[in-house]
Amino acid sequence: MAANEEAMKYVWEGAIPLQIHLHKSEVASHPAPPPALVLAPRIGYLPLLVPLIKPYFKDSLPPGEDSIWFDYKGVPLKWYIPTGVLFDLLCAEPERPWNLTIHFRGYPSNVLIPCEGEGSVKWNFVNSLKEAAYIINGNCKNVMNMSQSDQEDLWTSVMNGDLDAYTRLLPRLKMGNIEDEFSRKESLSSPQSRQGGGAEIDVAGQVKTARIPVRLYVRSVSQNFENLEDVPEIDTWDEISYMNRPVEFLKEKGKCFTLRDAIESLLPEYSGDRAQTSGEEEADGSQETRGEIKLVRIQGIELKLEIPFSWVVNNLMNPEFYLHISVLVKAPQR
Amino acid sequence: MDSAGEVVNDGKITLEGFTVAARAFADKWKRHNLSFPPWSWVPLINRTLLKKEEGYLSLEKIIILSSVDESAEEESLDVTADWSEREESIDHTVLVQNVEDEAHYYDYHIVYSASYMVPMLYFRGYSSDGRPLSLDVIKRDLPSSSVSLLLESKWTFITQEEHPYLNRPWFKLHPCGTEEWIKLLSESSSSDGCQMPVELYLVSWFSVVGQVVGLRTPLEMLI
Repeated sequence: MAANEEAMKYVWEGAIPLQIHLHKSEVASHPAPPPALVLAPRIGYLPLLVPLIKPYFKDSLPPGEDSIWFDYKGVPLKWYIPTGVLFDLLCAEPERPWNLTIHFRGYPSNVLIPCEGEGSVKWNFVNSLKEAAYIINGNCKNVMNMSQSDQEDLWTSVMNGDLDAYTRLLPRLKMGNIEDEFSRKESLSSPQSRQGGGAEIDVAGQVKTARIPVRLYVRSVSQNFENLEDVPEIDTWDEISYMNRPVEFLKEKGKCFTLRDAIESLLPEYSGDRAQTSGEEEADGSQETRGEIKLVRIQGIELKLEIPFSWVVNNLMNPEFYLHISVLVKAPQR
Repeated sequence: MDSAGEVVNDGKITLEGFTVAARAFADKWKRHNLSFPPWSWVPLINRTLLKKEEGYLSLEKIIILSSVDESAEEESLDVTADWSEREESIDHTVLVQNVEDEAHYYDYHIVYSASYMVPMLYFRGYSSDGRPLSLDVIKRDLPSSSVSLLLESKWTFITQEEHPYLNRPWFKLHPCGTEEWIKLLSESSSSDGCQMPVELYLVSWFSVVGQVVGLRTPLEMLI
């Protein structure tokens, strides 16, 4: 119990220092306002920061209605992706503070889905939670059966980064358990959830297979690189492959299902006995054809792929029960 | 859980099953639904290295002529019997029609959801200059029965979400409990208790879902 709680605490306390600049086309005051400095929770979302940011700029804005969006080096940021994930994915070499541009006009509705403030973010959160529940439990009943006020409180705890409140509410969510063989912990959810859980248990009580909610973001570079600073910047989201696909957690007796196994199940083109995480040469030169996983980041941590996947899931998932994985790969040569 | 031989009991379908069902659906559509262009299979480029092909079905540039005829007629019926007023309203109708009568183009994608293990319908509408249509405008193009269904029912609704592969906002049709009504369809259509063959999965699915957006599935496809 202690180990898991500690990890969750670190995850919830994780934050990215942001330096937010008002887009120059929207500066209607002289001199231009200095950038706003904000500490953004990793598990939070950019639109939730607007009440903190707007006061810095409101006197500089041209007249009109606000339609707020952010960009990083010209790339509009998808507001429904947790801030920490955006940072891990878009900054190969972590930039501190992270320089973002805020816009109050000219929402790029041809590329970004609309955001009407907290309501949209909450809707997205609850939807993701339902999807995760469906994957873990085989149905979303646990979320649907939660009372309106409990759902509200759960969302509020996430919005405020209040881990204590969240932990108190979790048992009411009755989310199925994801078995973690490496830390002895009581299930955070109620005992009944085990029966409805997505993990099948055979006669001997051994978990056979379970589905784990994973969102995988893959950035592919064509050239090899020495340092992360050499990784080119992205120009558009089209350079990133997004996979919203559950990992089938296979537990075979005597074998450990690792993070590598999980990623390779989603990206089989990077698998194989000889797949590796940093540029070692292949004896038969076949590295030229196969791609290579260069970097895996979860909650800002660069993880070794041999870590048991169950540990990763239970300790590093986001409050909506999704594990967000940012992967940097060197593309296979064809 | 056999993937290619039959539909899973509970109305869901696997990724492999979806690929098989998609091809079968596209073939049948081509043969029996000649008033429409064919569906094409769009493979996912970054997945083509794999032996198992993944992709989605696409039907694009379907033209729906937007007309204000019906609604204008209704309006004129509300007008009083005064002849001069009616005349005026008829003129108004003609004027409005000339201005607003234009083609609306629609794209439809049938995409597999790995989370829910069922297909999802994504669609978008745009005018001839490529500008996207709002949901209000799109609703006017939908069959009137759908609009009431969408407004009243809890089983299906349309949301604006990002297309899973194209990084653009599309509309998604959410039929709740897809697996439940597919199960019902499967049970009611089989006389000898056999499960629905996977080849018919999308045909059955679309025969229901397509109606919401005004695309009818010819009965011959369901055989």
